This record gives sequence, structure tokens and C-alpha cells, in this order.
Amino acid sequence: METNKQAQKQYAKMVEDVSPKSPIGKNCVLAFLSGGLICAIGEGFLQLYGKIGFAEEESLLLVSVTLIGISALLTALGIYGKLGKYCGAGTEVPITGFANSVVSPAIEFKKEGMVLGMAAKMFLLAGPVIVYGTLTSMVVGVVYYFVGR
Amino acid sequence: MNKRMGKQTVRLAEPVIIRGVASTVGETEGEGPLGGYFDCVVRDPLYGEDTWEQAESRFVQENMRLAVKKAGCSMQNMDYVLCGDLLNQCVGTTFGIKDFNVPFFGLFGACSTMGEAMSLGAMLIDGGYATNVLAGASSHFCSAEKQFRFPLPLGIQRTPVASRTVTGDGAVVLSRNGKGPVITEITTGKIVDMGVTDVNNMGAAMAPAAAALIAAHLRDTERTLQDYDVIVTGDLGDTGRTLSATLLEKEGFPMDERYKDCGLLIYDNERQDTHMGGSGCACSAVTFCGYYYPKLVSGEIKRMLFVPTGALLSTTSVQQNQPIPGIAHGIVIENMKR
Repeated sequence: METNKQAQKQYAKMVEDVSPKSPIGKNCVLAFLSGGLICAIGEGFLQLYGKIGFAEEESLLLVSVTLIGISALLTALGIYGKLGKYCGAGTEVPITGFANSVVSPAIEFKKEGMVLGMAAKMFLLAGPVIVYGTLTSMVVGVVYYFVGR
Repeated sequence: MNKRMGKQTVRLAEPVIIRGVASTVGETEGEGPLGGYFDCVVRDPLYGEDTWEQAESRFVQENMRLAVKKAGCSMQNMDYVLCGDLLNQCVGTTFGIKDFNVPFFGLFGACSTMGEAMSLGAMLIDGGYATNVLAGASSHFCSAEKQFRFPLPLGIQRTPVASRTVTGDGAVVLSRNGKGPVITEITTGKIVDMGVTDVNNMGAAMAPAAAALIAAHLRDTERTLQDYDVIVTGDLGDTGRTLSATLLEKEGFPMDERYKDCGLLIYDNERQDTHMGGSGCACSAVTFCGYYYPKLVSGEIKRMLFVPTGALLSTTSVQQNQPIPGIAHGIVIENMKR
């Protein structure tokens, strides 16, 4: 069987033709609805904390903490992972997804020890988000320093 | 005497008997269409152990013991154990068989390991170096996900081209003596690299190797598809099977319904949401041991070409943008009433 560049190119075309594609339209709609729902729940908590008597800044912080707590609990119960199958980016993009990406490796690698297992692997998926998130905010900060004021 | 039949194929001087087999699988496999064919279905994914890796070893240990028992032998009669799995440094195997006290060759052929184990075992016996060889392969959905993909509790969507790693172990006792279907010929695969880089689309990565192996076998033996009751690839899945059949047609060997794939047999992809089908070392191993072996014994299948397929990658090679080469090994198994 030929495996030269030409054959590889032809084969890539064959693979492309027979491989089923992800249902992007359906995924986007489900992500929009589920992501929106999570945000609406967050808004609900914001209103609630405001009613209880917290200042707005405190309430915002409490909303994040509440959503992270719920997501961590649902991850540990194995529910969040199942939601992800249907909701996709809807449950992965909000802060709840970030919590899920920290808690799930923590659970999975617990058996390799509390230090090199759970603690070290906890940021396996969240690490890049933190690194590039920080980098991006630095760039934005520098740009703002020179032109934004 | 010359046992070689061509560039890749050998014919054993004396057929090697597959004296006994055993298959143990996990819950999802037990609920699949072949569920009733397996010797043992273990509902607990941890198999009573602490970790996924130890669970896989338990599958290996229990199932290999069962194979020896079913063959009417004892572990002391085994001259060699040949087996492997997907975990780093094949620890699934190591901790499964370490207490057998039998000379051991650890094998890695990714998901083609069962083919490698049966090929080398038959050659050891044919060469006069062994009377009985215990050969097998294992994989575990959870340990494979942990090593190759993402932590299980992570909420992600799988692509439609993904496959599901089969949990289980398949083992055979190969022997110079006894009764059973026999291995007559072995075609050893070459690595085929078609430049596939999509780590989710394993079927596409392995299909060219499967097609190349089947074509080489048919050329070496000067046979056609019609000389076989069934040709079975390991774990190409839906697209992989389609791709390899297309490639074979181009090579001048059109396939028909006699060409099957274990990955498509083991699950009901619609009902069990397993996308392309089953994969992993255990996919071909348990399907052969559970489903095909009894058909060979009864004579329903007189001659089959068993072609376990493997994708040769590591998480490192993939992250370094290396392609995913494939490999396949072919074994001819016949029902010879002796």
C-alpha cells in the first residue's frame, strides 16, 4: 500500500468524506440555553443576596462562590459530567465549568497521593486557563496604561 | 523445511491448537449484543480493587486463570505467558500475572496485542520451545480514559468519531496437544502511516494497516475472500471498517458481509451511545474468545482470518504533532476435525 504524500492526501479526503461531523447547530443551541440558564441562576442568587442585605460587591463574590460550590458538589456526585454530554460549552464555559475542570482531575488522581496526585493534577486542565488568562489581562493592562486613560 | 509463504506470512509446520479460551468483561459490554457469550460479566468497574489500574490487573488475573482452567490445564503446565495492555509500561498486565510464576514476555501492540500474543505463542510452540502458551490482552475503559483522554467526571462532549475502550480481558491457551480449533498461518503486519493526526478518529488511523495486512495475507496465500467464512478486524469501528473496505477494493480485494469488525459487534452503538463502536486491546480479544471461538469449535466457521488492529501512539507523540501509525496482525484459525 502506498503511503507517500499523495496517498496520504487522498486518504485524508476519504476520511473526511466518511467521518460523521459534530452536530454544531444543535450543540450551539443547547450550549446557549444551558449556559444562559446557569447565568440566570447566578442572577437569581445575586438578587437573593441583595435582598438578604449584602452589598453588591459582596453579593457578586458570593454568587461565584455559590456556583463553584454547586458545580463541585455535582461533579463529585457524577452529575456534572453527565450534563456536559448534552450541554457542551454551556456547562464548560461558565465558572461552573472551571470548577468542574479542577474537581474532576482532583478526584481522578487522588489515588496517586495528596501531593503529587490530587494537588498537582488539580490544575491539569485549569492551569492553561490561569496562565493564558493572566497573560491576556497583563497585555490588556499594558494597553490600557498607555492608551486607555 | 521452509515455513514462509511470502513476504509477511508463515505457515506452521504443525497446526497449534487453541485448547481453551476465556473472556471477562465489564458491565457495558455485558449489556451489549454479545453479552450472553462472555464467560463472566463484572458489574463493578473497580472489580473490588482500589484503583482503575488495579481493577484492570484483576481482570487479567481472574480471566487468565479461568482460561487455563477451561483448557483443562494448570498454571504449572504453562511454558510462557504472553500478554499486554494499553497502560504505560503495561502495568495492567504486570500486576495481573506476577503471581503466576510462569516465564513471561510482555507485549505492546496497542489494540493489536491479542494478535501479537497469539502469533508469537503459536510460533513458540511450532518452534519447539513450548508445549503450552497462555496468551491474552486486556483494556479498561476507566484506566484508558484516565491515561489517554480526560478525567472521567469532566463534563465534555465526545466527537461522533470517538470509540469506547472495552473493559475486559480475553485469554487463550495455545497448545501442542488437546482438542480445539487450530492456528495454521500467521501474517505479521508492518507499520502503516497514512498521516492521520486526529486522536479521536482511531478507526481512520488503523484502517490502512488493516487493509494492507488483509491484502498482504491474500497475496501471500494466493487466496480470496471466498476462501474464508469470516474475516474479522479488531476495533476499526464504523468509519474504520468502511475505510478499510474501500482501500481493499482499490487493492483488488472487494469485501462483502463476510468482513466483520469486533468494534461493531460488541456494542449496540445506537442504544449504548458508543459512537463508532468498541476499541482497546480487549475488544478483539474478548470478541474472539467469547463469540467466535465457540463458532469455530462447532464448525459453523471453518476458516477465519482474525486481524486485531492497533493505533501506535502515546500522549506525548500526539502532543508533539506526530501522526498516528497503525498496525494489524493476521491469524488464520481453522476448524480441523482431527
